Amino acid sequence: MSSSEVRREHVGRSVGRVDGAAKVTGRALYVDDLPARPGELHGAAVRSPVARGLLRSIELDPAFDWSDVTVVRAEDVPDNVVALLVDDQPVLARTRVNHAYEPVVLLACADRGKLERAVAAVRLELEPEPAVLELEAALAAETVISGPDNVQSRYLITKGAADVEAEDRVAASRAAIERALAGCEVVVSGRYSCHHQEHLYLEPNGMVAWWDADGLHATGSIQCPYYVQKGLCRGLRLPAERVHVTQAVTGGGFGGKEEYPTMLALHAALLAQKSGRPVRMVYGRREDIEATTKRHPAVCEVTTGCDRDGTLRVLSLRALYDAGAYVTLTPVVLSRGVLHAGGVYAWRDARIEGLSLATNTPPSGAFRGFGAPQTLWAIERHVDRVARELGRDPAELKRQNLLRVGDSTPTGQVLRGSVGLAECVTAALEASGYRDKRAAPPRVVGRKARGIGCSVVLHGAGFTGSGERRLQGKVAVDLRPGGRLCIRTASTDIGQGTETVFAQIVADAAGVGLADVDFATPCTTHVPDSGPTVASRTVMVVGSIVERAAQKVAARVRAEQAAAGGSFAAAGDRLLAREGAVSALEQYEPPGWVAWDDARYKGDAYPAFAFACDVAEVEVDLDTFEVRVVGFWCAADVGRAVNPVMCKGQLEGGALQAIGWALTEEVVWRDGRILNPRLTNYIVPTALDAPPFETFLVEAPFEHGPGGGAKGIGELPMDGGAPAVAAAIEHATGLVLDGLPLTPERLLAASLARGEVKP
Amino acid sequence: MKIELTVNGVARTLELPPLLRLLDVLRGPLGLTGTKEGCGEGECGTCAVLLDGEPVNACLVPIGQCDGRAVVTVEGLAVDGAPGALGRAMAEHGGAQCGICTPGMMISAEALLVARPAPSAGEVRHALGGTLCRCTGYERIVDSVLRAAAERRGAGEVGP
Ligand code: FES
Ligand code: FES
Repeated sequence: MSSSEVRREHVGRSVGRVDGAAKVTGRALYVDDLPARPGELHGAAVRSPVARGLLRSIELDPAFDWSDVTVVRAEDVPDNVVALLVDDQPVLARTRVNHAYEPVVLLACADRGKLERAVAAVRLELEPEPAVLELEAALAAETVISGPDNVQSRYLITKGAADVEAEDRVAASRAAIERALAGCEVVVSGRYSCHHQEHLYLEPNGMVAWWDADGLHATGSIQCPYYVQKGLCRGLRLPAERVHVTQAVTGGGFGGKEEYPTMLALHAALLAQKSGRPVRMVYGRREDIEATTKRHPAVCEVTTGCDRDGTLRVLSLRALYDAGAYVTLTPVVLSRGVLHAGGVYAWRDARIEGLSLATNTPPSGAFRGFGAPQTLWAIERHVDRVARELGRDPAELKRQNLLRVGDSTPTGQVLRGSVGLAECVTAALEASGYRDKRAAPPRVVGRKARGIGCSVVLHGAGFTGSGERRLQGKVAVDLRPGGRLCIRTASTDIGQGTETVFAQIVADAAGVGLADVDFATPCTTHVPDSGPTVASRTVMVVGSIVERAAQKVAARVRAEQAAAGGSFAAAGDRLLAREGAVSALEQYEPPGWVAWDDARYKGDAYPAFAFACDVAEVEVDLDTFEVRVVGFWCAADVGRAVNPVMCKGQLEGGALQAIGWALTEEVVWRDGRILNPRLTNYIVPTALDAPPFETFLVEAPFEHGPGGGAKGIGELPMDGGAPAVAAAIEHATGLVLDGLPLTPERLLAASLARGEVKP
Repeated sequence: MKIELTVNGVARTLELPPLLRLLDVLRGPLGLTGTKEGCGEGECGTCAVLLDGEPVNACLVPIGQCDGRAVVTVEGLAVDGAPGALGRAMAEHGGAQCGICTPGMMISAEALLVARPAPSAGEVRHALGGTLCRCTGYERIVDSVLRAAAERRGAGEVGP
């Protein structure tokens, strides 16, 4: 079927959530709602109180009654490794701890109260060692905790003048980019930093594990069932067919349930194995904030060169990412960071270097945006700075330099199409009244000053470079009795609407009704490995093979209908009676033109980019320096909106996370421990803090996207919020802030530095 | 302690230690897992229920306080197990994403709509101000509540 023949009755319409009724009646079962299995125990972890040290001994208080408590230590773990990219992270610390809250001992008990007392009755004898707690300290490498110099992974992207062949590419490209900068009319430098962010999905991490004749079962709040299965196979030395991982209804993830649940599943499974009973582990909020991953803090040093007329020419950027104590997914996060570091601009010459460094903080991990918000914060703030130097309006300078079809990114990727950037900028600036608000001096009423600012960002959809080709994501669509179709995929719905959007795609591809499409519970035993639910890949990548699989199954039924008549349902039932099973298994293959060189970091980093322009209007209290976002406009090029309301919901929810990151969300550390692991003092925006959002969908279709051109947009909205807010604060107050978060303390400090406020 | 209360309109008699949290009683012995726990300390509002018509955080209420009173949970907002106007609006207009905050949001919204059948967007934001949502940015929740209010006014529907 060619795409022109596809009738679009469902795609493009804001149908309600297919899982909506269950969620609004309280029927949906999240992991902690699952009924207790017979004999079930609760599990808990005993964690390190120090950031770094040698583990001398573990003592169980002899006065405590341990008779009904299961105890698991490192020596009980068949293969003490959390399988991710590198085998550096243990399931339980054995001889040393590398970050506060690192798990050391596991306990299980039927009585929750007793379990808590048991945790307190375990004494860890630790000999503290000097810890590295900040990026700067890691870079200085006076204390070395990883490799020769704490550097854990490294990337270099070069383009134009910086793209030199040399033995030492790092040094030669640096010299080359400096020469290119020296030839520019206007050279501007800046340094931009950003901080940890807690995911704060409202449902904490949770898992139930049990063993039976089929092997090990783990059901939990997860994004990636196959990641968990891989980790369980490795840590427990089990073949995949003995490990059954199922997703419960999941209360938000944002990356925080990408790699972390593997650890939790291992803990629950080990306790279940040793006790011979089912084990449930559901974190309280405090443990969830303390022990799980966070967004990588980063520092970016940027120097650019441009013409006096504002044409951007040369980019030199070095990004440092704080990986935390173990590698987990950091190299991939850093990769996405450097791949987005050029922003939405057409640089002639570019050198982008990225380093991740080990510290003794809990491992940084996947978080919506996955490395891109850090470099985009830097480049957007930096272009604002260039505008200031040139005396130009930042939005106009940005618009002047936008990537267009035919331009190339720093990796040399030539944009072939689906670039709705200029439309996004126009839509957001017009709707927000940016130009008028900006032309007038900032409005000061009483002690409140208003200002407006904008950012323009992009986000690559799918795995980077050759990733999708390696991944070979698969889905199946089955014909079921009564002409129903069932989608089997490991792409999970964690709130973003996968079940609904996939059903819309299938309904149109097969020419059936939405109510005739089912979504199988993601369980590794029953669904193929579609690859992980990450990287804005679910709709664009997995959705495209869902569409194809549905077309294939439907084509078989239609052929049967044509041959022997009857309704779709009747023909389907005849096929099923004859063949037993009718199904299509499809595997993703990136467009043929996608070429990527991993060694030199060159080529087509992503098959498509989504784009957005965000405008924030803020009100700054000139006495307290509190910042309120009073309006937020986002125009996003999504390729094709499969479900406009859900698409806008993604964009708005992501924008509010970005606003929280920018303004109030701050993880406060002391000696590697978190001082504010609670909702009372880790402040996420409420309905009263949130601005009204006006969101506009721009559709520049991607030819290989499903539903007529959808692109991935899950992460895009996390990218532009912080720089837009910072630009608005600058407009309102004249205060230039280059470090997140933009708390009253920092605004005050900037104001003091300017000599305005008496200390 | 013997506690007599009505839960979603059904009279219940329980024999329980009075300091148990209402949240645990609902989710445990009463089997009503629609009410969620997001923080356990009164900060997130995912555990909100109506106690004699007023929204309260069930993680902060000892069951001993509930004797002789009426509790309504998200399950009690459904009409014969199906979503009412508020639930339908949440499901159809983007008010629910992951859904974990939805029960608490609906309880807060229900209390508002009973008191003020035609609220402004600002009033909705105030009423929902104690319930966190990490998914939606709130815009579509506010929109859903306003739509539900309009539908209920049109349909003459009143809350349970
Ligand atoms: S769980 Fe009760 S307010 Fe958070
Ligand atoms: S819908 Fe997920 S927290 Fe509100």
